[in-house]
Amino acid sequence: MQHQPRKHRILPLLTLLIMLLPLSSMAADDSTLFTEGISILIKGNFKEKQLAIQQIAASGDSRARGLLQALLEGKLYRIKKDDTLVFAEITDSRAHIRSALGGENLGEIKKRKLKKITINNGLRTSLKSSLARIDLSSPDPAVRLQAVNLLIIGLSPKDSGLLTNLLETETDDSVREELLTAMNIAALRGDDHGAAVTALKQLHGNLSPAVRNEISSLLNKENLDESLQKEALLVQRSIQSKVSFFGLVEKLFFGLSLGSVLVLAAIGLAITFGVIGVINMAHGELIMLGAYTTYVIQQLMPNSIGLALFLSIPAAFLVSGLTGIIIERSVIRFLYGRPLETLLATFGISLILQQTVRSIFSPLNRSVATPAWMSGSIQINPILSLTTNRITILIFSLLVFAGLYLLLRRSSLGLQVRAVSQNRAMARAMGVQAARVDALTFGLGSGIAGIAGVALAQLTNVGPNLGQAYIIDSFMVVVFGGVGNLWGTLIGGLTLGVANKFIEPWAGAVLAKIIILVFIILFIQKRPQGLFPQKGRAAE
Amino acid sequence: MKSTLLAATLGCALAIGSVFTGHARAAETIKVGVLHSLSGTMAISETTLKDTMLMLITEQNKKGGLLGKQLEAVVIDPASDWPLFAEKARELIEKEKVAAVFGCWTSVSRKSVLPVFEELNSLLFYPVQYEGEESSKNVFYTGAAPNQQAIPAVDYLMNDMNVKRWVLAGTDYVYPRTTNKILEAYLKSKGVADADIMINYTPFGHSDWQSIVSDIKKFGSEGKKTAVVSTINGDANVPFYKELGNQGITADTIPVVAFSVGEEELSGIDTKPLVGHLAAWNYFMSVDNEVNDAFIENWQSFIKSEKRVTNDPMEAHYIGFSMWVKAVEKAGSTDSTAVQEAIIGVTVPNLSGGYSAMMPNHHITKPVLIGEIQEDGQFEVVWQTSGMVAGDAWSDFLEGSKDLISDWRSPLSCGNFNVKTGECSGSK
Amino acid sequence: MILLHLLNKDRGSSFTLGLLALVTVAVPACNLLLPESSVLHISTYTMTLLGKYLCYALLAVAVDLVWGYLGILSLGHGAFFALGGYAMGMYLMRQIGSRGVYGNPILPDFMVFLNWDQLPWFWHGFQWFWFAMLMVLLVPGLLALVFGWLAFRSRVTGVYLSIMTQALTYALLLAFFRNEMGFGGNNGLTDFKEILGFSLQSDSTRAMLFIASALALAFGYLSCLYISRSRLGRVCTAIRDQEDRTRFIGYRVEHVKLWIFTFSAMLAGVAGALYVPQVGIINPNEFSPLGSIEIVIWVAVGGRATLYGAVAGALMVNYSKSYLTAAMPDAWLFALGALFVLVTLLLPRGITGLLRRKELMSK
Repeated sequence: MQHQPRKHRILPLLTLLIMLLPLSSMAADDSTLFTEGISILIKGNFKEKQLAIQQIAASGDSRARGLLQALLEGKLYRIKKDDTLVFAEITDSRAHIRSALGGENLGEIKKRKLKKITINNGLRTSLKSSLARIDLSSPDPAVRLQAVNLLIIGLSPKDSGLLTNLLETETDDSVREELLTAMNIAALRGDDHGAAVTALKQLHGNLSPAVRNEISSLLNKENLDESLQKEALLVQRSIQSKVSFFGLVEKLFFGLSLGSVLVLAAIGLAITFGVIGVINMAHGELIMLGAYTTYVIQQLMPNSIGLALFLSIPAAFLVSGLTGIIIERSVIRFLYGRPLETLLATFGISLILQQTVRSIFSPLNRSVATPAWMSGSIQINPILSLTTNRITILIFSLLVFAGLYLLLRRSSLGLQVRAVSQNRAMARAMGVQAARVDALTFGLGSGIAGIAGVALAQLTNVGPNLGQAYIIDSFMVVVFGGVGNLWGTLIGGLTLGVANKFIEPWAGAVLAKIIILVFIILFIQKRPQGLFPQKGRAAE
Repeated sequence: MKSTLLAATLGCALAIGSVFTGHARAAETIKVGVLHSLSGTMAISETTLKDTMLMLITEQNKKGGLLGKQLEAVVIDPASDWPLFAEKARELIEKEKVAAVFGCWTSVSRKSVLPVFEELNSLLFYPVQYEGEESSKNVFYTGAAPNQQAIPAVDYLMNDMNVKRWVLAGTDYVYPRTTNKILEAYLKSKGVADADIMINYTPFGHSDWQSIVSDIKKFGSEGKKTAVVSTINGDANVPFYKELGNQGITADTIPVVAFSVGEEELSGIDTKPLVGHLAAWNYFMSVDNEVNDAFIENWQSFIKSEKRVTNDPMEAHYIGFSMWVKAVEKAGSTDSTAVQEAIIGVTVPNLSGGYSAMMPNHHITKPVLIGEIQEDGQFEVVWQTSGMVAGDAWSDFLEGSKDLISDWRSPLSCGNFNVKTGECSGSK
Repeated sequence: MILLHLLNKDRGSSFTLGLLALVTVAVPACNLLLPESSVLHISTYTMTLLGKYLCYALLAVAVDLVWGYLGILSLGHGAFFALGGYAMGMYLMRQIGSRGVYGNPILPDFMVFLNWDQLPWFWHGFQWFWFAMLMVLLVPGLLALVFGWLAFRSRVTGVYLSIMTQALTYALLLAFFRNEMGFGGNNGLTDFKEILGFSLQSDSTRAMLFIASALALAFGYLSCLYISRSRLGRVCTAIRDQEDRTRFIGYRVEHVKLWIFTFSAMLAGVAGALYVPQVGIINPNEFSPLGSIEIVIWVAVGGRATLYGAVAGALMVNYSKSYLTAAMPDAWLFALGALFVLVTLLLPRGITGLLRRKELMSK
C-alpha cells in the first residue's frame, strides 16, 4: 500500500528539489557533489559547511540522509589522525564507531581521538530543511507536513502547478489541507484578482500563522483593489475572533495547570495543617526531599527515565512520609494544642533539612531529565497547543486528590483520622489510638508533599531552596480554601491559578501575584474560615 | 539573680574576647579575604567562587607565596544577606586586616559593601558580569561590563543570524533593567522599530513561564526572524528553558541568547532541549588552549571531582588574583594605595588564550565569545571578537552616563568625570 | 519616680536597663577616647555591630509586646521594621544631593539611570529630617492600623492572623522588588553620605547613632513595661489567655488589640530607622517572611512575656549568628535550626525562664 503512491510522488519531488537548489551546484556530476561535500564538511568553517550540506543533499546519494541526520544529532565525528568520518556512540571516555561512508563497524576507540563535526544554528536550520526535502517522500505524514510547511515560506505564484501535482498524490488529510493553504497563499501573491478573491474565501478562519501574516501584508499593500480589501478584512476578522477564542482557552489551561501545581503543593499541608492543626513550616522541605528522591532514583537507573519517574512516586512518598513521622514523633508530639509553637519548631527543622541537603548534594541545582512522553506538546490547531508535561501534572494532581479523598472517606484509617480531628477525647474513648493516628496523619501529609516534589522536579529546579518557593503559596491556598477541607484546597488552588493567569497579561507577573495576595488578605477578613468553612465543633 | 549576672558577664566577656583575638597573629602571613555567600539563595553560585579562591591561594603558596610571605585565606559567610555583606566586609578589613578582598556576586551585595571599602580604603575584586554605571577607586571589576557581553551578542544575532525582532526578557532587578535599556537604545540606533522590540520582566525565581513563553511564540510567528535576549537570573532559568522546549521553541526557530547561563547553571539542567541556544561570555570551559587545560585539571583535582565544570566568573577571579599578585610584586607592598597605583596597566594571561589588562577605569580587557549549548552541557564557540574589548564603566547608550568617563590615574583620578561640565561628581 | 515604681521588684528589667545605661556610656567612650593600642579600645566595627543588635533588641521588644502580652503572633513585624527603614533611607538618599555618581541634585542615582525625569510624589518632603521621622512613625503605624482594623474587626485570630501577617509582608516584599515602585528595586537604597550634616563615616556620628539606638531601646522598653504594668496591660493578658471571656465581661477587645498592635508597629519602625544608617543599606530583603519568623524566634529563645527576655534573645541569637557565620560557615544553619527546635521543646519560657526557675529554686 505504501509503495504505490510513493512512486508517483517522485516526479514532482524531483522538480521541487531542483527548484530549491542553488544553480551553481547543478552542473556537477552527482557523485562528485557528494565526495566534494564530504571533504568540505571535514575541513571547512561554518559558511563552507553550509554549502557542503546543500551539495550532499542535492547529490541524491543514498548515504546522504543518514549522514545529515547524524550531523544534526551531533553523532558525526572525524578521527583526528586520518580524518575518517565516523558515526560514534559515546559512553564515558570510550566511543563505539562505525564508518560514515562505508557503514562498516570499526570497533571501539578512545573518545579523545575523535573530534566532533560541529554545527551552529544556521546549519541546523538548513540541515532540517534539507532533510525535510528529502523527506517529502517520507512515508510518515508528519514529516511530509513539516516539509510542506517549510515550502510555504518561499512560495511564489509559479509554484501552484507543482502544488497541484503534489496534491493529486497526497492521501493524508492534514497534509492535503496544508497543501491547499499553500496554494491559496501562492494565489494571493499572484496578480490574478479572481483567483485571489477565491483564495481569500477559502482562507476564512484559517489559523495558520503564515496565512495571518500574508493577509496583513496584503492589507498593507498600497492601491489594493477595493473588493479584495473588503474580502481580506472579512477574513482577517474571522481569523481574529477565532484567535481570541483560542487565546481564552489557552489562558484557562495555563491557569488550571498553575492551579494544579498549587493544589499539589498545598494538599499535603491541608492534611497536616487542616486535620491535625500543625503549622508545618518544614512542608516545603518535605516537597524538596521528594524532588531529590526523584533525582536519586533517576541517577540509579539512568537508562529508563520513564520507569524511574514511576518508581519515584512511591519512593518519594516513603522518604518524605518517614521523615514526617520522625518529625512528628520527635518534636511535634510534644507540642499539640500549641499551634504557634509548632510553627517555630518546624521552622528550625526546615533550616536543618535544607542544610542537610546542601551538605549532601552541594548547593548546586541537580538536573532531572524529563521522559520523552512528557516533553513536547499536543497541537490542537496551529495556534493552540497544550504542553504534555502540564497536562500530565494536571491529571496527576487530580488523581492524587481523588486518592487522598477516598482514603480519608472510605478507609478505616481515614475514619480514625477524621474522628481524632473532630473530637480527640471522644475518639480515644472509643478506642482509637490517637497518638498512632497523629503520627500516621502527619506521615500521610508529608508523603503527599513528597509526591508533589516528584511533579515539581519536572517543572523547576531541584535545589535546596525549592521548598521555600512554595511554602507561602501553599499556606495561602489552604487558608483561602478553608482549613480542614480537601475540596476547599482543590477549588481554592485552581481558582487562584486561573485568576493569576487572567490578571497576568495586563498587570505583569509580579503585580498579578501581589493582587492575589491582597485579595486573599481581604477575603479572609470577610470570611475568616475560607471558601468552605468547617462546620460544627471542629471549627473552633 | 546571681546566675543572671554570671551569664550576662560571661556573654560580655565572650563578645569582647572574640573582638580582640584577631589582632594577635598578623605579620607572618598576608591575609586575603574571601567574601562569598555559602548559605542562602546565592550559595548556589558563590560557593564555587570561594573554592576557586582557595585553590588560587594554595597554588600561589606552592609557588612560594607573595613577597616572601605565605598567603592566608580568610573565608567568611555573608549568608546572602545584603546588610551582612557590609558588616562582614568591615570585619575582614578592620578586624582581620586583610590585604584585599575577593568577593560578592549580586549587584546589591557590591553596592552594600562599596561604602565600607571606600571608607577604609581597601581593595575589592568583583568577578561577575554587571550592569556597569559604577567605577570606584577601591573596586576592580573583572567581570564583563555591558559592552563586553550584551552588545557583541546582539551584533552577532543581527549580522550573522539576520534577526529582525527582539524579545528582551529579564528578571526585575538592576542588571537586566540597565542592560535592556542599553540594548533598546542600541537596537533603535540600528533602525529597529518599537513594534519589533518586546520587553518583559519577571520576579526572582519565577517558575510559571507558560503565558510568557506563549507570548514570545506569538511574537515570533509574525514572519520576521526573532531572537530572545535573556537576562533571566539563576533559578528562573530552568523552568524557562523547560517551557521553551515543551512549547516547541527550538534554537533554530527562536534562538535565546543568555548572559547569566554558564556551564555551572547548565549542570543543573537537562540540556537536550536546549541544544543550539546561545550564551555570551568572556570565557567558556571548552576553549581549547594549554593554560585553560591546566586550569581545569588543577580545579578538578583540587575539588576532587572530574565532573565539576569551570565558568566565566571563575576565570574572572583567576585574572583578578593574578593581577593583584603582579601588582603587589610591582609595588613591593600590599598597601592599598600602592597597589591601586601599580595595578593599572598590569597585563596577565587570561584563560581564553590572550592577555587581559587592567584599564585606568578599573575594568579589564577581555575577548567576547558566543557559544552554542551542546548536549553535554558545554558550549561550542561559534563566534568571537577578533581582539580584546575594553570594559566601559559608563555606557554610551544611556542618557545620564554618556558624558561620563572614569580614569583613576593622576591627575584626573576620578570615577565619574563629566566631559561636558568638566566636573568630577560623587566619589573621588 | 515612675521609673522606680516600674522597676520595683523587677530584677530582670533593672539589670537590663542598668547594663544598657552602662553600655551607652562605656562603648562610645571606649571607642572615641581610648587610643587604638589600648586593651580596652572598642573598634568601630564592634560598636556598629552592637548598635545593630540594639535595634534588633528594640524590634524584639515590639514583637514581645504583641506576642507575649497580647497573644498575637505577628509574622509581619519585619515589614514595619523595613518601612521605618525605608523612610529613613529616603531621607538619607535625599541628603546625598549632587554627590551621587550622576551629579543630579534632586534625583537619586537609580532614578537617573532608569531615565526618570522627576521625583515621584511620595519622595517629596523627605529632604526634611522632621518629615522623615514623622513618616518613620506614621507609615508603619498606619499600615498596622488599617490591617489591624480589618483583621481584628472580623475576628481573625490565632494561626490565621499569623498567616495573614505573613501574606502582608510577602506582598510588600514582591512590591518593593519592583523597580517601577520607585524604591530602588532589588538594590534598595544605599551609599548614604550624611545624616543631619554629619558624615556617616566618622566615628563620632557612629557613636551618636549608637547612643540614639540605646536611648530608643530604653524608651521602648520602659513604655512597654509601663503598658504591661498598667490596667491596659492586665486587659491585654486577659485577652491573651481568654479572649472571648474578656469580651463578654465588656472590654472592647478589638480596640485594645488595635492600639497595642499599632504602637508595636511604630516601635518596629523606629528600630528600622535607626538600623539603616548603621548598616548602610535598606533593601526589600528586610521584608522577607523568613526574616519576620526569625524575629519571633529571638523572642522565643529569650523568653516571651518578659521584656528583658526579648532583649536577651535578640542579642544572643544575633551574636551567635555573627560568630558562627565567621567560625563555621557551613554549620550555622544547623546550629540555628537546632536552637529553635530545642528551645521550643525544652525551654517554652526561653532562656530567661530557665534562669528564673533556678532563682526560685535557690530561694
